[in-house]
This record gives sequence, structure tokens and C-alpha cells, in this order.
Amino acid sequence: MDILISGLLLGGTYALMAMGLNLQYGVARIMNLANGEMLVLGGLAAFWLFTASAISPLITALVVAPLAFAGNWLIYRYLLLPLVRRSKNQGQLEVDSILATFGISFALVGVMVSIHGEYITYSYLADPFSILGSTVALNRLVAFLAAATIGAALYIWLNRTYAGTAVRAVSVDTEAAGLVGINVDRISALAFALGGAVTAVGGTLISTFITLDASIGVIFTMKALIIIIMGGVGDIRGAIIAALILGLVETTVATVIDPGLTLAAAYVIFLAVLLFRPQGLFGRRTS
Amino acid sequence: MNRRTIMVSFSSALLAAGIAGLTAASVIAADPIKIGVVSHLTGPLAGGEAVTHTPNIELWAKQINDRGGLKVDGEQRPVEIITYDDKTDPAEHIKAVQRLATQDEVDYMLSPYGTGFNIAAAPIYAKYNYPLVAVSAITDKIPELSKRFPNMFFTLGTTSGFVEGVRDTLVTMRDAGTIGNKIAMVNVADAFGIELADTARPILTEAGFEIVYDKSYPLGTPDISPVVKGAKASEPDAFVAWSYPPDTFALTEQAIIEDLDVKAFYTAVATCFPAYADKFGAKIEGNLGAGGINPDTPAMQAYRKAHKEVTGKEADYWASATYYASLQVLEQAIEGVGSVDREATIDYIKNNSFDTVLGTISFDENNNSERYWSVGQWRDGVFRAVADTGMGDSVPAVAKEGWN
Repeated sequence: MDILISGLLLGGTYALMAMGLNLQYGVARIMNLANGEMLVLGGLAAFWLFTASAISPLITALVVAPLAFAGNWLIYRYLLLPLVRRSKNQGQLEVDSILATFGISFALVGVMVSIHGEYITYSYLADPFSILGSTVALNRLVAFLAAATIGAALYIWLNRTYAGTAVRAVSVDTEAAGLVGINVDRISALAFALGGAVTAVGGTLISTFITLDASIGVIFTMKALIIIIMGGVGDIRGAIIAALILGLVETTVATVIDPGLTLAAAYVIFLAVLLFRPQGLFGRRTS
Repeated sequence: MNRRTIMVSFSSALLAAGIAGLTAASVIAADPIKIGVVSHLTGPLAGGEAVTHTPNIELWAKQINDRGGLKVDGEQRPVEIITYDDKTDPAEHIKAVQRLATQDEVDYMLSPYGTGFNIAAAPIYAKYNYPLVAVSAITDKIPELSKRFPNMFFTLGTTSGFVEGVRDTLVTMRDAGTIGNKIAMVNVADAFGIELADTARPILTEAGFEIVYDKSYPLGTPDISPVVKGAKASEPDAFVAWSYPPDTFALTEQAIIEDLDVKAFYTAVATCFPAYADKFGAKIEGNLGAGGINPDTPAMQAYRKAHKEVTGKEADYWASATYYASLQVLEQAIEGVGSVDREATIDYIKNNSFDTVLGTISFDENNNSERYWSVGQWRDGVFRAVADTGMGDSVPAVAKEGWN
């Protein structure tokens, strides 16, 4: 029971890391290497407001979401859209966007170092909470519930609304989506901005229980990348299920076998998915 | 962007201008002594560097320039600090050292942060013959290193010294009847954690302790709770973690959540950070960790006060003071030699003793200063040394009474 609950909570954390990048890469087709920095920026905001003015990170999350949405929309509109327009194919866009966002990630690291070069750590809801006889940290539970809410909201939005359908259409085929009258640029900007907002809010919540620092973003980018590739690029269910699987497997290995083997276990599943289902759990087979 | 001149000698220039009055332009202070440092401004070790090294360099340079500079060749010369970022990458580090030596032609260099960097970059510092008073370099290889690199000096102790400090602390607590024999030990699966755990296993076993839980976890583990749950299930009397800053924070938080109620709770790096106390408040009363200081000496009190005034931050309770002492050693050696002569400075450091914030220190035949605190304990908001090598001013450790 301990394993199941801790594993699910860890999976929720992973889902928070991955859902945003999934929207950015799956729909807007931007392989955003600055994704982890956006996450740390959300954490830095929470740290800063909490230590300076004792503002709850949950309130910070509500402030961070619109700011990150606007910031990411501007990044897409002015830095990335020119790349999208001039690229002749997906391969070229991927190379260009990787280079551009790599640069953005350095700039963001520099900004964060100048604000706070030390560890980003504070205590918020670091209290025990008992579920079915298993003790968990309250801050992790809150993050899990937020992940579940965000995941469910995104799923419903994507599948039940007109805008969501347009987003899915762009995710499947930009050209065809354009032909049926969808404004591809606008939908891509929307998906990119939304992805950035989800990531930053994730960072705000994650900072309540993981010690961050200005340079740690790349670790989160890599983890997110593994999760969305496992789940299938562009599918929100895939990212969530892959995140939960990863969380459960890592916790099981840590508890039953050895904590030293968690990383190895994570990469074994990743390899297995790549070998037997290279398009990801929910991915579409490319023709 | 990369090059950042932290200190410009404003104050000394002003002073000179004030005295000379009319001919101000011609007497702006003497050429500065250029001092280079390759820092981890970004990357995995940036957080530690920003706490332990950077503020001390700022403080030291300001203090020297406020009093007009260093006395060399019969004049006062200010110091100018030239900093490069190596992104915590050894290859970048070596390139930056080379650049400081050949392009900027700095007169002296300051030691880098982290054992690995001090050792990996030792040949390049030795090649250009810069005296290097290493601080955050804890290793049992000091005799070999100082033989190969006679320019290198050590101040913060050895791996064995650290483990023996923990052993002595636990033995004292066992003799006092505070704890029993059972230790749960975990370590971060990284060079530092692995080396300390490997050294600790035989030393703790020989002292009659039984290691009832012994696991490692990867660097950057996002959820440490299985480790703490496992340790708790082994019902230990003491908990020892050879940990890095992020996991020191995570292990402590998880121990509070799981109520891992042991009378001795030890975490390694970052336990001494003021941020540790800021994060956990009174809950960490009685926690043990790497480092510690004696807060009662006038030199230490003056240092901590100046650190706070100049940098706006509390100094950490371990290597901050030692790093500042390493700068004092360099300062006194340069003035002792009386000119910018690196060869002579190395000789001077070898053969003299220095009056520092840690008291008087000198270097033995292995270029090692055998005076350091190894284990500290949080008592009323101060991280006080409870074990040391050669200091002799530690206080006995007391039992930790729960996580209140």
C-alpha cells in the first residue's frame, strides 16, 4: 500500500513536469529545451513570495499561470513563429527550435542566477498526512491533486470543446488543419502558451517538496522528454499514464530492491517502450 | 557576459584622489593586483559556491581595498577580482584557468569549489605555478597530491578525519547512554557519498556499531521517502547520511514527515547552511551535520558580523570561515613576501604560520593544515562544532529530542 500511494504521488509529480512539454512539442511542434527553466522559474516565484511575504505557493500558482501564459505566448509569437514560418519541413523546425530554445534556456538560467544563485528551498505543508495507513507528505498530495485536476481539465478541454478539437487537429496535421479553416498559428501559440503555464504552475507546486536551483532545469526537461516519448507525443493521456507508470516502478524498485536502482529501472522501461512500441504508449504510428 | 569584474577599486581610488587633491588623475591608486577565480556560477555546484565561496571573496576584496590595498614593493596595491563561470564543467574549468593565466595574466588564483574540481584542475594550476590554498577539497590523498603539486595546500581535512569525527561523536553519545549500537546509513551515489560510505563502513564497525540499513540513492532522486521508510523500519538508534545539499534538505523533510525519531540524526553537506535553519526552524534542534564552528572566539564573531554587513547574508557554519581563512593566508603570504612573486609566496605559505579567523594555522610536510571542525550540531540557531581535528574547542554532542 505504501508503494502504491507513494508511487502514485511521484507519478503525479512527473505528470506535472511532462504535461506542459507535451502540449508544446505535440501541438506547437516546438522541442522546447527551456521547458525545465520555465518550471524552475515557477518554483523561484513561489520561493521568493513565500520567504519575502509569506504568500502561500498555492496563491502564487494562480498568479504564475497567467504570467507564464502571457510570457510563453510572447516567446512563441516573436521568437519561434519566425522559425515556424521559414522552416520547410518538420525536421528543420525541430533543429531550429532546439537551437533557439537552448539559447533561451541559458538566458533564463542567467536571469535566475542573478535573482537567487543559491538553493531554492523552503518548507510549505511539510506535514505528515495519513491515507489508508500510509504516511505521505501533504505538499506531495496537494501537488498530486493539482496534477489530477490539470490533467482532467486538459483532457476535457481537448475532447469536449471546439478550441480543444482544433488543438487536436493541429497536433495531427498542420496542413490539413489549415485547409479546414483552423488558424494554425493562433492554435499553436495557444498550445505553446498553455504548455508553458502548466509547466510553470507545476514548478510552483514541485518547489514545495523538491530543492531546486537556477541551473537544475535541464534535469526536468530530460525527465519530461522521456515521459512524453514513452506516452506518445501529443497525447495528454499518454503523458499522464507514462508518468504514473514511471512513479510506480521507481517507488517499487526503491522499496523492494534498492533505492540505488531507480534510475536504472526508469531507463529500462524507457528502452522497453522504444523497442516494442516506438511511437509511445498512445502514439500514432507514422505512415 | 562571461567575464565579470566583481570588484573595482572605487574606495582606494577615492582615497588616493582625496589625499592627492590637485593631481588626482596621476595618482589614482597603483595598478591592482589581479586575482583570478574560476567559479561555478551556473551548473550543479552553483548553489554551494554561492553560499560558501562567492560572498567571502566579495568580503575579502572589499576589506583589503577599504584599507588601501596590499602592501607590496613599498606601495599599497588594491586587488581586482576576475571571475569566470565554468558551468560546473571540468573541461570549461581548465580552459578558464588557462585563460586567466595566459590572457588576463592574473597574479594569483583562488581555489575552486568541490573536491573533484580541486583535484581535476590541480595539474593546470601547478603548470602555471599558482599557489592554491584549497578549501572544499576533502580527500585521503593529500600526501600524494602535495608531492605531485607542491603549490597546493589543504585546509578542510581528510575523508577519514570526517568519518572519524562522526564515529567519535557517536561513540561519545553511546558511552553517555544516549544511543545504542544500531546505525542506519545511506549515501548519495556520487563520488563524494560513495567514498565517505566506503570509509565509514569499516570505521563504524570497528567501533562496535552495527549498520542495520545501508543503501545508496542516485543524485537528484525526486522522492526520498522509500529510503527514509526503509531506514525507519530497521529501527536504528542513529541515522547517518553522506548526502549532498538537495538530498540533505529532502532527507530531513522526510524524516520529519515519517517521524524518524532517533537521538542522533546526521546529514552531511548543507546541514551547516543558514538556509537549512531558515527552512526547518526549531525542528532541527540537535541535528548533526558536516562542519560546525566555534562561534565564541572574537575573530569568528567579527568575521560573521562583517560577512553579514557586507554581503547581506549569514556565513555558513563550516567552510565559509575556512575559505575566508584561505584568503587570509594568501593575503598574509603576499604581504610577507612583499612582492608579487608566486614562487616565493608558495615558499612563504609552507614555512610560516598565519593568523586567521580559525586561529593560527600552518601547514605540515604534506601542505596540510590539520586544524578543522568535522561535526557540528544545531543548538539554539547556531551550528556548533561537536568534533574536530586539532582545534580542541568542540563541545560534547547532546541527544536530539524529537522533531518539535
